[in-house]
Parts: sequence; structure tokens; C-alpha cells
Amino acid sequence: MSLFDVAFYILAIITVGSAIIVVSARSIIYSAFSLLFTFFGVAGLYVLLNADFIAVTQILIYVGGILVLIIFGVMLTTKVFDVPVRTETLHVGPAIVITGAIMGTLVGVILKTKWFDAFDVQWDGTTKKIGEKLMTDFLLPFEVASVVLLVALLGAVIIARKEKS
Amino acid sequence: MQLDLSALKNVGLEHFLIVSAILFSLGIYAVVTRKNAIMVLMGIELILNSANINFIAFSKYSTASLSGHLAAIFVIILAAAEAAIAIAIVLNIYKNFLTVNIDEVDRLKQ
Repeated sequence: MSLFDVAFYILAIITVGSAIIVVSARSIIYSAFSLLFTFFGVAGLYVLLNADFIAVTQILIYVGGILVLIIFGVMLTTKVFDVPVRTETLHVGPAIVITGAIMGTLVGVILKTKWFDAFDVQWDGTTKKIGEKLMTDFLLPFEVASVVLLVALLGAVIIARKEKS
Repeated sequence: MQLDLSALKNVGLEHFLIVSAILFSLGIYAVVTRKNAIMVLMGIELILNSANINFIAFSKYSTASLSGHLAAIFVIILAAAEAAIAIAIVLNIYKNFLTVNIDEVDRLKQ
């Protein structure tokens, strides 16, 4: 068992374990904080996959942006002082059956399929190549993404703003 | 059904795909069972992360190009936009209904 394997199993256990806590914790605050560990675990998996730029982006945007946004949402939509911050669940039994079936099917397909995995590339630094690709092959999606972000920003402000009455 | 498990000895493409499948199912579970809209959002984030793991794993093992990384970047961009809009909508729902449990919000307006 090489060091790569050991690192993979540790990161996989962190990711999956904290994701299980996310979906099963009674308190929504616990869920939000274990989502932090899931994101860090996924970032570690990206590092194992030689994706340094994506790993840093994951930490910057998911942990620094989306998670803070989610915690803001939790704080703003729960009355922290009078009710405990709990979330209720419904249809747990059927949901476990169905998601178990989905997971079994996916894992079965993954194990049965003969994947084409002839390569095992080791990039030394992907940032420069990603920048070149963004400015050549992926220029149109890049520009469209900037427009999407602008529209989303304005839309979020307009939806969430207080109306004058 | 006979499964060939010899590919699982060394960590490779299949391992990352299996982790991603587990994350995907957990995300579906959160979306289906939770009443709180913000928990549903967290489930969606889990699903998007599992898709990203797939993109990057295939990029390393199957294509040897960086196209998967670019797709992952666009997924992250769209996830950020989606989270901002969704939190705005949830705050608006809370303002109108004083709850974010999605089974109690069954009218379009008050």
C-alpha cells in the first residue's frame, strides 16, 4: 500500500463520514459545520488527482463563499432564541431504500464497466494551462459565465431586498 | 452478476468514482428527506461536488487533457450563482411565511 493509497483512504473516509453527518445530524448547525469537512476532503481528493488549481478554487469558493452564505441563511431563517435549531425529516424509510438502490446501481455499474484509464498523467502545475485554455478553446463559455454571475448577483439583490411599504 | 474486484487493489479511477457515487446518493438523500430548504441546498452542493470529482478523475485517468478541469470550474461558478439566488429566495420565503419548511410553503403568495 503506497502513500498515495493511504492518503486516498484517509481523505475518502473524511469526506464520506462528514457527508453522512451532514445528511443525518439533527441540528442544522452541525450539518453546516460538517459540510466544511466534506468540502475540505473533496479539495484533498482534487490534490490527489493533480488538480491544484481546482483544489484551491474549491476551498476559496465553497468554503469561503458558499458555506458562509449557507450559515448566513441558517442564522437569518431560524429563531435561535426560542426554538432549538432542528430540522425535521420525512419519508426516511422509503428514502433510504431508494437512495440505497441508486447507490447500489451506480457502484455496480462502476465496478462492472471496463473503464478506459490508460493514462495516469502527472501535471506539474495546471494553472497556466487552464488559463491558456480559458482564453482559447473555452473563451465563449468563460464570457457567458461572467454574464451569468452578473445576472445572478443582480437577481439575488433584487429578490432579497426589503420592499419599501 | 460477477464483479471483477481485481481493479480495486491499487487506488485508481474506480475508487474516485465510488466515492463520488456515495456522495451523490447522500446528496439525494438530503434533498429527499429534509424539510428545511437550506438542508436541501446542502444536498445539492454535495451532488455538485460528486459531479466535480468525476470530471477531475476522468480528466486525469481517461483523457489526459484539462477539459475536465475546465468543466469543473464552470460547475463551481454555477454552484456559486445558484447558492446566492437560492439563499435570496429562501430569505424571501422566510419573510413572507415565517418558516422555511418546504412542506408548509404550498402557496404562491400569502
